[in-house]
Amino acid sequence: MTDPLALKPTVVAVIAAMAAATYLTKAGGLWLLTRFGVNDRVEAALEVLPGAIVVAVLGPELATGGPPEWLAGSVVAVVAWRTGNIFLALVTGVGAVVVLRAML
Amino acid sequence: MVPPYWSDSTEMPTTDELPETEQSTDSVTDETETSIDDTAPSAVTFDRDGIRAGFVTCVPVALGVAGYGIAFGVLADRAGLSIAEVALMSATVLAGASQIIAVELWADPVPAATVVLAVFAVNLRYSLMGAALRPWFKHLSATRTYGSLFFMADENWALTMRDLTSGSRRGAFLLGSGLAIWLFWVASSVIGVAVGGVIDDPATFGLDFVLVATFVALAVELWDEASTAVPWAVALVTALVTAQVLAGQWHVIAGGVAAAVVEVVRRD
Repeated sequence: MTDPLALKPTVVAVIAAMAAATYLTKAGGLWLLTRFGVNDRVEAALEVLPGAIVVAVLGPELATGGPPEWLAGSVVAVVAWRTGNIFLALVTGVGAVVVLRAML
Repeated sequence: MVPPYWSDSTEMPTTDELPETEQSTDSVTDETETSIDDTAPSAVTFDRDGIRAGFVTCVPVALGVAGYGIAFGVLADRAGLSIAEVALMSATVLAGASQIIAVELWADPVPAATVVLAVFAVNLRYSLMGAALRPWFKHLSATRTYGSLFFMADENWALTMRDLTSGSRRGAFLLGSGLAIWLFWVASSVIGVAVGGVIDDPATFGLDFVLVATFVALAVELWDEASTAVPWAVALVTALVTAQVLAGQWHVIAGGVAAAVVEVVRRD
């Protein structure tokens, strides 16, 4: 049984390194842009980045799912498109995936 | 994607809500002086209203994230980490997928280099996400920008992009939504260690679907037939192929970079 309040020095050191590495990724992209400036090409690239990242996250995520995830994903899309309400879209989507997984 | 100047966030918060006058003067000057410049989202605010809006919008999403936090806590407990160590990791790293991978790699003694490298690789996608915030964050001070970025996770980045592209100009939205994620993530990972194994599998309650649902909603928001069809197709195909070949999150970077390159070539 581990002591709940134990803080082993090596573990703390590894966590600190993990935190530093993560912050480097979170702040690094924007910092590089600020440091080296933005030209037309970078501007064009940045414009498509949000959508491209979203699609790149979603594609493989949905590909590993099956019909319940695909159908629930469509439910989210339709609700988000018709209502513009993110909360409603999330709740109906999660509800749909639970029901569809039980059914299909 | 230029936000209208007359959107609701131009309403100034009342003074009793905002004791720090510095924050409100900020937005007042931006508002009046940059309204002619229609090439960039002008007058990005950074106030308590933005923090509150981000926090409130993110709570339902953060509840889903908490499902993962519990799963992470359970795994960390099995890896031999104490509650204090788990709380410290969740509070300072704040990146779900990479933390789960880290505790899966955990051993005695800790393979430090492997763990840190894996964390870095899994989180590299954040640098692209942070870069995408530039049109709005370039109006914020360094402290606000780099402070907010600490709180960036996948889910609240998606909510923030959705909010900013709809023209709200609330620069504090990332911070507010990130605080919600932070709170629920730290609390749920501690609960995970404490209860161990009660919610073994977040899929039982559909919690594994929250990330997908958030991103689908954002995709609907960002979709614009004329300008997004080609780069999105490129990103999708690249990501699907990369995911087949490489484990981890490389497909996000590959998809994002491929779409950006194609767009640059297309414009030339």
